[in-house]
Amino acid sequence: MINAPVSDLGKFAQAGFAILLFVAVVGAILFIASRFSGYRGDRATAAAFLGPTVILLSVGLVYPGLRTIVVSFFDAAGKKFVGFDNYSTIFTTSDEITILRNTVLWVVVTPLVATAIGLVYAVLVDGIKFEAFAKSLIFLPMAISFVGASIIWKFVYEYRPHQGSIQQIGLLNQILVWCGGTPQEWLLNTPWNTFFLIIVLIWVQAGFAMTILSASIKAIPDDIIEAATLDGASRLKMFRYVTVPSIRPSIVVVLTTISIAALKVFDVVKAMTGGRFDTSVVANEFYSQTFSADNQGLGAALAVLLFVLVIPVVAYNVRQLRASEAQ
Amino acid sequence: MTTTTPPAASIPPAAPVPSGNPVSVSAQTLRKRLASPYASLAAIVIAVLWTIPTFGLAVTSLRPQNSIRKTGWWTFFSDPTITFDNYREVLSGGGSASLGGYFINSFVIVIPAVIIPICLAALAAYAFAWIDFPGRNVLFVMVFALQIVPIQVTLLPLLKLYVQFHVAGSFWTLWLSHTAFALPLAIFLLHNFMREIPRELLEAARVDGAGHVTIFFRILLPLLTPALAAFGIFQFLWVWNDLLVALTFVGSSTSVAPITVALFNLSGTRGTAWYLLSAGAFVAIIVPLVVFVALQRYFVRGLLAGGLKG
Repeated sequence: MINAPVSDLGKFAQAGFAILLFVAVVGAILFIASRFSGYRGDRATAAAFLGPTVILLSVGLVYPGLRTIVVSFFDAAGKKFVGFDNYSTIFTTSDEITILRNTVLWVVVTPLVATAIGLVYAVLVDGIKFEAFAKSLIFLPMAISFVGASIIWKFVYEYRPHQGSIQQIGLLNQILVWCGGTPQEWLLNTPWNTFFLIIVLIWVQAGFAMTILSASIKAIPDDIIEAATLDGASRLKMFRYVTVPSIRPSIVVVLTTISIAALKVFDVVKAMTGGRFDTSVVANEFYSQTFSADNQGLGAALAVLLFVLVIPVVAYNVRQLRASEAQ
Repeated sequence: MTTTTPPAASIPPAAPVPSGNPVSVSAQTLRKRLASPYASLAAIVIAVLWTIPTFGLAVTSLRPQNSIRKTGWWTFFSDPTITFDNYREVLSGGGSASLGGYFINSFVIVIPAVIIPICLAALAAYAFAWIDFPGRNVLFVMVFALQIVPIQVTLLPLLKLYVQFHVAGSFWTLWLSHTAFALPLAIFLLHNFMREIPRELLEAARVDGAGHVTIFFRILLPLLTPALAAFGIFQFLWVWNDLLVALTFVGSSTSVAPITVALFNLSGTRGTAWYLLSAGAFVAIIVPLVVFVALQRYFVRGLLAGGLKG
């Protein structure tokens, strides 16, 4: 029934119904809450305001999360308890080790390069005439889906065999030909193909880095910059000894945020190579094991691994945030 | 990163400022004076590198199918022929490569998936910020901590739940999942904004006899509009651009799947049909791009308030 083809109008009606239903439920809750008053009223209102959220989070995040942790200790069909077997598979099978290696590359390279480019660009365009426009050029990829970004870059990497009158239609190979080289299949040659995938995420994330860092640069007190300039600090020295130390906390936040995004990268790999040619990463392998290979146990273990890897990064971030607030 | 950087104060004092020269130059003009031609050149190089991939695909989407196959998009400038056939084929209802229906699906998915979490999060954030109740701090920390749960951890058990409740494959799975995934970040962001509203304002209203519901709708909601817009645009971009959640819960179903899934499939099955892929990609990109450009101000504000879902 639910999967029967529906007209476009019907779909919007369904969406409208969902919103109306939601409004009605929340409205009823609020109405009841507003009947109470005083101290008891506070508790009733709190329960009413938080009730739907607590239910949704318990069913949508907490329960499934705990369930996945349990499943990660069971076999492919989720029937037999296997202890840590799934986890040892991740760290001993050669395919899985390639995946871990790729994930490390993503997590290390993406934040460093994206932050460096974002920082340099933020400094370069700071105070120029067309600053807002210059920034939006770098910023716009953030609005594009990873699938869209993957198609954009696959086209840059497009390869045509180098023979006869066949012309390259991918920009990168054409530039190579103009420079007298032979066209390459950028997405096929391991291990370099992983770097060509990483470029896509760098392209998306540099705008994020630039935005955050640019705001911090603008927040550096004017008298510090004035003093340094009057002391005759060159542009480069200014960058090294004034700008970077002043915005260090923001740089840390940007680095860690991008590294988490890189850790969970799925769409780019899935859309560009499907994880073939030794380009898979943990998040992609999770999807393949869970939904294609039907290995629930291994899939769950990979998901838990993602979870565990995120925790120290976030903990570090929170500590940094606390430290900067305490100052 | 871990090496110690000398603090700003340790810059060696260089040439002393000639005495009698009044220090009246503002830092703003000093900042501007620093701009050198090399710096401008470097900025332009980065800007061009960042723009050209999208530009190339945009040009391609307007070229005739035959030209796309035979020559690079840069030859367009020596032989400009513009056609909208690619867009027509991608949007028309008939062909196997049609994305029109999926485009509609994306709207159907995104509207409730933005409105519902915003409303719920606003209520919850209000309760955390302004109502005293036992266990408030513990509950808030728990919700805050849920931000770090990667959605991968939840997918398979959620899918099984949806099957159990007979909603598998419907829009409901996406609306519910996107709402649950959005709530921790939304509550955190809105809570931050809400704490900035002066306490006196609310206390005065309470003294006047206004209940929480009245205060929420009459006083806070209007003040929170920028924050709601900031989160709204995050959530819009997140849901519109999502692939993983849609692929997991609705697969490639023509009547439910969003345009990202359709585009992903097209790139898998017709990976070399660039006349379709280029136009298709732009159909998928254009909506978030317009929203983004229109609401960029709010987006930046949200980013600076700590909101980026990993």
